[in-house]
Amino acid sequence: MLVLGGGYAGILTAQEAVRTGARVALVERNLLGGVCLNAGCISSKAMIRTSRLYAEMRDAARYGARRPADIQVDFAAVMERVGRVHARASRRRSAHELAAAGIDVFFGDAHFAGPDSVELSGETLRFKKALIAAGARPLIPAIPGLAEAGYLTNETVFELTEAPRSLVVIGGGPLGCELGQAFCRLGSQVSIVQDEPLFLGQEERDAAQILSESLSRDGIGIHLNTETIRVRVEDGRKLIDLRSDDYESTVEADRILVAAGRAPNVQGLNLEAAGVEYNAVAGIRVNDYLRTSNRRIYAAGDVCLEHKFAHIEGASAHIVVQNALFCGHERLSALTIPWCTYTDPEIAHVGLYVKEARERGIPVKTITVPMHEVDRAIVDGEEEGFVKIHVKEGTDRILGATVVARHAGEMISDISLAISAGIGVMELAEVSHPYPTQANALKLAAVNFSRTHQPRWRDWCARKWLDRD
Amino acid sequence: MSDDELLDRFQFEAFRYFLDNANPATGLIADTNRPGSPCSIAVVGFALSCYPVGVERRWITRPEATALTLTALRYFRNTVETHHGFFYHFLDMQTGGRVWQSELSLIDSALLLAGVFAAQAYFEDEPEICEIADALYRRMDWQWACHGGPTVAQGWKPECGFLHYGWEGYSEASLLYVLAMASPTFPLRDENYAAWTSTYQWENLYGYDFLYAGPLFIHQFAHVWIDFRGLRDDFMREKGSDYFENSRRATYVQREYAIRNPREFKGYAENFWGLTACDGPGTHTHSIETGGRRMYGYAARGVPFGPDDGTISPAAAFGSLPFAPEIALPAIRCKCEDFRVPGGLNPTFDWVSEGCFGLDQGLIVLMIENYRSGLLWNLMRKSPWLAVGLQRAGFTGGWLV
Repeated sequence: MLVLGGGYAGILTAQEAVRTGARVALVERNLLGGVCLNAGCISSKAMIRTSRLYAEMRDAARYGARRPADIQVDFAAVMERVGRVHARASRRRSAHELAAAGIDVFFGDAHFAGPDSVELSGETLRFKKALIAAGARPLIPAIPGLAEAGYLTNETVFELTEAPRSLVVIGGGPLGCELGQAFCRLGSQVSIVQDEPLFLGQEERDAAQILSESLSRDGIGIHLNTETIRVRVEDGRKLIDLRSDDYESTVEADRILVAAGRAPNVQGLNLEAAGVEYNAVAGIRVNDYLRTSNRRIYAAGDVCLEHKFAHIEGASAHIVVQNALFCGHERLSALTIPWCTYTDPEIAHVGLYVKEARERGIPVKTITVPMHEVDRAIVDGEEEGFVKIHVKEGTDRILGATVVARHAGEMISDISLAISAGIGVMELAEVSHPYPTQANALKLAAVNFSRTHQPRWRDWCARKWLDRD
Repeated sequence: MSDDELLDRFQFEAFRYFLDNANPATGLIADTNRPGSPCSIAVVGFALSCYPVGVERRWITRPEATALTLTALRYFRNTVETHHGFFYHFLDMQTGGRVWQSELSLIDSALLLAGVFAAQAYFEDEPEICEIADALYRRMDWQWACHGGPTVAQGWKPECGFLHYGWEGYSEASLLYVLAMASPTFPLRDENYAAWTSTYQWENLYGYDFLYAGPLFIHQFAHVWIDFRGLRDDFMREKGSDYFENSRRATYVQREYAIRNPREFKGYAENFWGLTACDGPGTHTHSIETGGRRMYGYAARGVPFGPDDGTISPAAAFGSLPFAPEIALPAIRCKCEDFRVPGGLNPTFDWVSEGCFGLDQGLIVLMIENYRSGLLWNLMRKSPWLAVGLQRAGFTGGWLV
């Protein structure tokens, strides 16, 4: 198997393939580890962790603690830690580790020379099966003046050694909200511009509104339903002109962070020579088995999937290896994929949203437990948020769930497991959770459901038994 | 003081708002009783609905009510600017011109229209009132208001076209859709109503199964004019409930939230509840001792996810009187020091709204009346348009049979 792209999808596929005994070559044009390791998940979460610490320091009085008199953010130290964390995470994905596992690693720009070969640095590599895991790059909107003014993206923002005094984030999706909040908590004056009515466009409405409130409490300038119409530079100052319906305004910033989505890396691969169909916006076209229009070639990760998450890449790797090398029939649609936005509070989701269920004609009931009902959330002073479990009406089948909580990313896995394993809400209500934990919110929701859905005959029998004599 | 005497006092004081804050030359009614307040067309709709109550309660005479009604209707037909039959949200009290660069408001035009229909039903022997009512209704182009999409937009401005924010989830637009479905000239279709209700969320919260919406006014406004008892559309048939029962449960959810009081505000209790659209202390952050809490001005506060800055609307309990009198009356009694109901109360920060809002006063008059006599509900049953609209939206049962 030839793997084009050394990001998570490519590395995980190569590692799983070589473990089965296949001969595997991996080609990477830049850095192993891809976006998630080098310009995404690891770096951003390291930064978020320190930013939360500063936020808690400022909020100390709420916990009965004395607020430090002088809270100074040492941004250089923050980014130095980001670098150290990145270095530790990189070790497992180094060229040395991959070679030691039996993977032939090449660095350079490869492109297809035909349906079963690629060219790399003048050499032709033939393959029986190939995986395109070329990833995606930041999508830069065509805003007049933006290029001239200069901007950061996830690929450059972690190179900063000095916190910008002021930062405008263009894009209110997960990346924009995560980094916007982190920079704000690390001392930057931040504004986030989102061209939709709520942040996190596809997310549950209450979740997005809670996030909006939280960002506002942090002091972030919120601009929803707002377009960035132009960027100007005057006397060295970056001026970002905004429009919201009939209202125009200008925000000044030292730096601009573009977090407006990602574009698949389909250029430069000569996909046409391989007969691989693709689209500049949606990426490489794959079927549910992750196979492209060329039966020898598969694709995985950000280059072809709508949901660009590292953990999907892991699951994709298994699908590709089984289907490509062993005539398997593993389907992407069979996976239960959770996701999480790591703001504070975090917002995590798995399965169907209510709207999706109703569009499919599935009657749905949502069991809602606000986090202010959860003892540990009260203890921790982390009451913003909720657990919402969506259940198919008339059954106890879990269709999906949204969790908004400090640790939503950890909590969602319970529901993800339940959906994958076909565990219904009634059974979930029987599962013991340690007390007090915030994950108890899931049990509370399940118990609330079970109390209102006991079969009537059971209640009748219980009353008859207790009323005997 | 008996419940009846209590309600009499509050209802009369609220009714007085519409006499004290009107421009008799135009029939326009001020949004609030603060100096310089513009007219809100929704408040005019409430006023038109309150005049029949005033006649029945003998606070004004029928000729006086007829004159007030005709003045307003003539003004809207002849003078107030329209676009595709809809009106701007806020108008100058003297000239009727658009103010505050306000939006052409679909929902507020619907609230005005509801009042127009109430007047048409009550003054059925006044041909000019009936004729103007029909004319105003026929002008409203609900199909244009969908802006090419499946649901009605929230508003439009000449400066920028249709506003980008939409309605997601259950809202006060239920009244709008019913009226729009029955339009003899520009009716909405089945798929428009279905598209809107597809965003509904049926939730179990604090032990209550209900169609969720955070602010309480959403569960109240349409009920001012529509008796939803026993009426079910597809959604409510699926859930085995109706919108009246839903509002009852929503009221109990509000009370449960106040009892829990997760944000530890002063005053919240079993008889002090009601997070809804109301006035507030404004957007200034308090000292560190209060945790830097954010305060809001006029905002749609909601349960259980906020925004909640400790401000309760005293009018909210009145709005739920027909659904849950057993908890609304005790809450109303807690407010009886002064029978004039302010736009908001915040005991945590010792704040009381300086003004009264016309929407609140209208809600008080009309929901007390519905509780006592069902007057508005009975009147609106006579409106041919309401029955048609409900049937086209798929409602059956209740008084429609």
